[in-house]
Amino acid sequence: MVNLELANIRALPSQEREIDRPSSEVAVFGPDQPLRLDCGVDLSPFQIAYQIYGTLNAERSNAILVCHALTGDQHVANIHPITGKPGWWETLVGPGRPLDTNRYFIICSNVIGGCMGSTGPASTNPATGKPWGLDFPIVTIPDMVRAQAMLIDRLGIETLLAVVGGSMGGMQVLQWSVAYPQRVFSALAIACSTRHSAQNIAFHELGRQAVMADPDWRQGRYFEQGTHPHRGLAVARMAAHITYLSDAALHRKFGRRMQDRELPTFSFDADFQVESYLRHQGSSFVARFDANSYLYLTRAMDYFDIAADHEGVLARAFRGTKTRFCVVSFTSDWLFPTSESRAIVHALNAGGARVSFAEIETDKGHDAFLLDVPEFIDISHAFLQSAASARGLGSDRP
Amino acid sequence: MTIETIEQPSLPFNGVTQTAPAGYRGDHLLVAEMVAPGSRVLDVGCGDGDLLQLLERRGVDGRGIELSREGVNRSVAKGLAVVQGDADTDLDAYPDDSFDYVILSQTLQATRQPKAVLENLLRIGQRAIVSFPNFGYWKMRLQLLVGGHMPRTENLPATWYETPNIHFCTIKDFVQLCDEIHVKMERAVALDRYGRPLRLNAPWWFWNLFGEQGVFLLSRARKPR
Repeated sequence: MVNLELANIRALPSQEREIDRPSSEVAVFGPDQPLRLDCGVDLSPFQIAYQIYGTLNAERSNAILVCHALTGDQHVANIHPITGKPGWWETLVGPGRPLDTNRYFIICSNVIGGCMGSTGPASTNPATGKPWGLDFPIVTIPDMVRAQAMLIDRLGIETLLAVVGGSMGGMQVLQWSVAYPQRVFSALAIACSTRHSAQNIAFHELGRQAVMADPDWRQGRYFEQGTHPHRGLAVARMAAHITYLSDAALHRKFGRRMQDRELPTFSFDADFQVESYLRHQGSSFVARFDANSYLYLTRAMDYFDIAADHEGVLARAFRGTKTRFCVVSFTSDWLFPTSESRAIVHALNAGGARVSFAEIETDKGHDAFLLDVPEFIDISHAFLQSAASARGLGSDRP
Repeated sequence: MTIETIEQPSLPFNGVTQTAPAGYRGDHLLVAEMVAPGSRVLDVGCGDGDLLQLLERRGVDGRGIELSREGVNRSVAKGLAVVQGDADTDLDAYPDDSFDYVILSQTLQATRQPKAVLENLLRIGQRAIVSFPNFGYWKMRLQLLVGGHMPRTENLPATWYETPNIHFCTIKDFVQLCDEIHVKMERAVALDRYGRPLRLNAPWWFWNLFGEQGVFLLSRARKPR
């Protein structure tokens, strides 16, 4: 085995702990409240793990739901219980940030099918006492949103001031606005699409095949058999991570620079910095993420197609909507390119929606929505501020 | 030579003041006066969103399209509903009658297909408000006639090789186009170089010579006989 770095990685014990008993608030939905999935299965019982920040006002009008991306989770603005790293969206969420925790009540829940405390393939199947594995039903983006709506009901919130998210989170934002238009006062959909493109499905299939080709995957029964498909999952993450960046960003960050050496070793060692970086991305990912969860969530994104649920006409999905929309794309994002956002905007316009659309110039690729990109942060702030004003929440200046 | 401007109580745009308050451009105030409160408005080529902001403060439900990314982002940062797009290609995506007014402010001359754009404006909106620089303005004519070079003015400072304005026209040309595509002119105003309306009862040739820009409120005409 040449790739020693990848071979030695294991899931951290804390990862397994977080699956059923997460370091988050948990909403448990019993047999009286099943989650009706698109595949026809009623999932019951199930649980949703979530984090909250800020205070819900007396009118219950300042709640914002943040939807996380494929490999994100509910720990949007606090130290991560497994990695010990800061929240994944602290550029946008926190005191004085666009999603100001001093003004708004911020909710972020782990998606159904995830592995950070919401019910997913790694969770214990109550019928068997063992992890669900591939017995877990296929979930979709609309299923994730249906589960979130049940959580929002549980929290006693009728209408969200905003639903905000990027990438798979942006898909959930759009699905929220279509499924529950009257409950979404404003929607900020970043670097996303109303349907997953053939190229994106292809990349996901690559990732899934990498996981399933790992002999330690064991048809998804790795927990019971004491193995872990870390090599396959790491390769899946490495391939996906390339799609989150851009040629320009990789060149700027790494170029052809060597890693801790002057000359090539004439081997398959990680001579180049970019190789070392990718291996690190792969190995740190497998320490916090469940391989089966990765299969299920990529599948959910692949199936997403709002127009298909509306006779193939996207504009019909948004007809008559009162939601205020803001769509944001990034110039160097080739995973969810600006053309995808433009299609959303055209459909919203055709549906008569109030929509803003900004394309942000950056070389940071798809990942730009997670990074400190000032123009993006300013626009998010202005959009949420105008939504808050329109909802009578006043200015953010005391 | 000075341009005569006459303040008349019979001006069709009551409330248009001679000096623009709070830094608003004269043509913006004039356009804003043409829009009925509470209506739905699309501003095509909205720039930094100054006109849209003025309209929203007057209770108008406004949307914008802007070609330049900088303009869009500055507009969105003002909380306006503005999308990045091109008047020549993106108006087709809007359904018929989706707005009460569609505004094309100082943009017509920069489109590739002014006629198609104008027709699209009146398909999407019940009414269109179009303003454009008048190439028949005396200073333009003088520069071409005496200087022998492409005219440049304070409001149109770009050189011929840098200007985005590829389809200049005169007020007379525009009126002819409106006739040709059976567009009804409900109101027409020529503004001087300070954005103030010229005298109302002047003949067309006077406007065409002394108007630095034209502002037209248009609607769909009855079908031609």
